[in-house]
Amino acid sequence: MVPRAEFESYYGRPVIKAPAWAARDIAGYFFLGGLAGAGSVLAAGAHLTGRGTTATAMKVSSLAAVSLSAAALINDLGRPDRFANMLRVFKPTSPMSVGSWLLSLYGPTAGAAAASAVTGRLPRVGAAATGAAAFLGPAVAAYTGVLAADTAVPAWHGAHRELPHLFTASATAAAAGMALVVGPTCENAPARWAGGLAALAETAVTEAAERRLGTVAETYREGRAGVLLRTARALTVAGALGGAVLGGRCRAGAALSGLALLTGSACTRFGIFAAGIASAEDPRYTVVPQRERVERRQQGAGASGA
Amino acid sequence: MSEERVGFFTDTSVCIGCKACEVACKEWNAIPEDGLSLTGMSYDNTQALGASTWRHVAFIEQPTPEGRTQLPLAEGDSGADSGMRWLMSSDVCKHCTHAACLDVCPTGSLFRTEFGTVVVQEDICNGCGYCVPACPYGVIEQRPADGRAFKCTMCYDRLGVGQEPACAKACPTESIQFGPLDELRERAALRVDQLHETGVTEAHLYGDDPEDGVGGDGAFFLLLDKPEVYGLPPDPVVTTRDLPTMWKHAGAAALSLLGGVALSFALAGKGRR
Repeated sequence: MVPRAEFESYYGRPVIKAPAWAARDIAGYFFLGGLAGAGSVLAAGAHLTGRGTTATAMKVSSLAAVSLSAAALINDLGRPDRFANMLRVFKPTSPMSVGSWLLSLYGPTAGAAAASAVTGRLPRVGAAATGAAAFLGPAVAAYTGVLAADTAVPAWHGAHRELPHLFTASATAAAAGMALVVGPTCENAPARWAGGLAALAETAVTEAAERRLGTVAETYREGRAGVLLRTARALTVAGALGGAVLGGRCRAGAALSGLALLTGSACTRFGIFAAGIASAEDPRYTVVPQRERVERRQQGAGASGA
Repeated sequence: MSEERVGFFTDTSVCIGCKACEVACKEWNAIPEDGLSLTGMSYDNTQALGASTWRHVAFIEQPTPEGRTQLPLAEGDSGADSGMRWLMSSDVCKHCTHAACLDVCPTGSLFRTEFGTVVVQEDICNGCGYCVPACPYGVIEQRPADGRAFKCTMCYDRLGVGQEPACAKACPTESIQFGPLDELRERAALRVDQLHETGVTEAHLYGDDPEDGVGGDGAFFLLLDKPEVYGLPPDPVVTTRDLPTMWKHAGAAALSLLGGVALSFALAGKGRR
């Protein structure tokens, strides 16, 4: 075991403030937003390839998930009655502003797609909405990675290149899981492939993030975050394998694999959230990487001066 | 910025830890009481900056670490080594040149004033809390019972009528100096030279460099030890510096999602299972 780096702090108190966000609301939103966004892409694919039952079910799932997302986001505000202020300005420097506008465009298209599919009315409008939701959905799934990374939280900002990819992979796993749960076995081959690809991508991107984070990666392995992320990996891999082996033949096997993928994705989001909180609450993860940066710079300056 | 940029220079070498700044700030800005507790952290029972603490005096009372000189506190003080050292420093919002809290605020509640300071508009803030983890110094915070985010305004109301902020007004030793930022930077550089000449080689400025990760602080400090000893980050960077990279990765991730699902449908084959 590598000895822990010595560092100084003010009575061991955190340097930065952890977000006061409730895990249920915000990590829950990361999961639901991903499920909705990636679900819209699967719905459009199913729609185009004549997998009607899956298409309708995924459109309903996306509408439900995005509705719950909005509720969670508003509930987490310190002043929920002022939620409309989110659309007061458009600020590309604020991922939350970009996300608010994205959701306010995506939500209605997901709603129109689901309403048309369920009622059978206005099929052309429904098809257009399905396409628009499939176009906006990936953005909804990806931007939440930026939302978390665009902070001073070491475990999030340190992985700012990887987090959007990790979140879209996790979103795809969740949507594939939902498709396995709700779709008939004769329609679920694309979901099985998507679940497998997502599990591979998620595993690879998590590895890359941990390599990049160095000492801060401890927050991905220890405590509550460690338990959640290990559980996430086991469930995601089990769900992907289960889907591949049983998903096409056995309804129960498909549903169980889908549930494993869904739960795995939720564990990923709650795990990343917990790692961020842990990294903000321990001054070590703020001070040590910054101190190392300062020392590297000083050595560089010393070397060039010599 | 229609007015000259103003700021604080907090010279911790003359701070006596009287906390007059904390009191003046609370009084002038009518900030609510936020807990009375004994922490065991020397004389620091305030603990940290937060929603209801806009000035915070840090007290470092500890055996003098090896290789560090004692600060000559008074004329004729031989620096008779007690083996202990006292560091006191009044912390405050840095009013960064590149302020992450302002950048990430989705409502436009946080804004840059005509004085170059960063202020929350409380009638607009909806308590999303994004500014809280964005701040590299851990300054801004949501007030639990209220929900909205609060921080130092550099006494925006006082600046507007040509008054200096309450903390600087109350400081009895001129540890907290208020003025045009350019002037303060010059004065601070002279003070560092003076301290170096008297043998206090540890004296250095923190947050004065416009080339640093936040483009320089509107409130900067003269410190006598490493920033982290005072609870300050050694090399803060505005998180939005990396935002263009993040958006590029998000774009690539979104396209990979589309491509991955398209590939899945292609692999599954049209109409087959």
